[in-house]
Amino acid sequence: MTVALSAKEVAAKLEQQLPSGIIESNEGSILVNSEFLPDIIAFLKTTPEFDFDYLNYITAVDYLDYFELVYQLTSMNHNHSLVIKTRCYGRENPSVPSIVDLFVAANPQEREIYDLMGIRFEGHPNLKRMFLWEGFEGHPQRKDYL
Amino acid sequence: MAIRTEPFVMNMGPVHPSTHGVYRMRLTLDGEVIIDIEPVVGYLHRGIEKLAEERTWTGVIPLTDRLDYISSMSNNLAYVLAVEKLAGIEVPERADYLRVIMAELQRISNHLVAVGSFFNDSGAYYTPFLQMYREREKIVDLFEMVCGQRLTYNYMRIGGVSQDVPDEFIPALYKLLDQLPSAIDTFDTFLKENEILLARAKGVGILPPDMAINSGVTGPVLRGSGVAWDLRKADPYSIYDRFEFDIPTGEAGDSYDRYRIRIEEMRQSLRILNQAVRQLPSGPVKADVPHLIRPPVGDAYAHIEAPKGELGFYVVSDNSISPYRCHIRPTSLLNLAALREMAIGWKIADLVLIFGSIDICLGEVDR
Repeated sequence: MTVALSAKEVAAKLEQQLPSGIIESNEGSILVNSEFLPDIIAFLKTTPEFDFDYLNYITAVDYLDYFELVYQLTSMNHNHSLVIKTRCYGRENPSVPSIVDLFVAANPQEREIYDLMGIRFEGHPNLKRMFLWEGFEGHPQRKDYL
Repeated sequence: MAIRTEPFVMNMGPVHPSTHGVYRMRLTLDGEVIIDIEPVVGYLHRGIEKLAEERTWTGVIPLTDRLDYISSMSNNLAYVLAVEKLAGIEVPERADYLRVIMAELQRISNHLVAVGSFFNDSGAYYTPFLQMYREREKIVDLFEMVCGQRLTYNYMRIGGVSQDVPDEFIPALYKLLDQLPSAIDTFDTFLKENEILLARAKGVGILPPDMAINSGVTGPVLRGSGVAWDLRKADPYSIYDRFEFDIPTGEAGDSYDRYRIRIEEMRQSLRILNQAVRQLPSGPVKADVPHLIRPPVGDAYAHIEAPKGELGFYVVSDNSISPYRCHIRPTSLLNLAALREMAIGWKIADLVLIFGSIDICLGEVDR
């Protein structure tokens, strides 16, 4: 059984490393400052205690006031998982740093989110529309699109 | 005088028999050797995640049928598990067993299609393919018996399944379980003893395990690279912890291993089916769940080991009758993320076989 790590405990350890990276944590997930997202994920990936080598999925949810990005990480060796969330604000040009350097799996998913939700991933090598064509207006997955 | 050469860009697809749907690869070639691949997707994009936000929670189930339409039962299962997790719904035991039976039948039928197409891609046109479709037909007949549909089953419901199986289902399933092992053995000999196929598939399209994990590859492709990761064992959902079965893994991570895994998995699925049908309890098949449910505010992610790999649904509820957000973790899209790694340096003819060994469904890539 994949153990969902206690987000509070992991957050306490992360705070020692990156004090300003954590915004809050509850039982299920850690909300992090998007600026520090790649550092936090890199730390979780490389620390032997966590060893998160597999990215389950990335997704984005539009809450109108902000966009929430959800990352679920799993360690195949330890068989445990963790959910990281981050937020970005503004409807015009919301952006978060890309984690393609850490996980190849992030590449198509970040492109998809850019296409449908309109969130820019800074540092993505090939950030362009994926399902819709170049020149399509708007981002249909947003709540205010239709 | 040296002959001047330069890379050549060629489009493969979107309409090409070997892309298994409408998928385009922009190949950069050096002669016949592939030096770069850029996937172009979106030809089958129907906006299922957006459509789901306009349906009731139950009304999303038929949409999931149209994701990976080769294995609709598994899609149904992943979605209802996510909603049940969010709403805290308990499922009756008989329904759990029926779900496992359907999911494992679906796995066999999916792998028959996958292996059949793999033979097609390797040049053994349609003779092995039709033999496998003959066996798949028997499974489809069983599905038709339980839900009246042959492709988009829409059988699972939140809290159970739509209806109990008819009386003639169990004898028909026993008959199928008698016939399938020898059929699978016959298919196995096709490749094992065929020199041409061995030469074309062995050592071709190698995917190293660390690269596979990093690319988010799951299912037979990941296990072909030697990683024993199967959600039925690693994170048992439904009642999978009650059955005995093995996880076959490959060694080399080549096209041949990925094919072998599928043949072995069919045998393991038969083992699970044999146990499940013998343990099948009587009782209700659906919990008392209203048609219009309003799960509490929150989010949940549930994943299953679909025939092609990890299929997950991330659902968010705002306590209304339809999902606030329904994200599908696409197995096929992420399995394709590793195609570049597998295919660079090989020739176009090998690419066809490597692509076939991944087993994707464009309905799930584009959604």
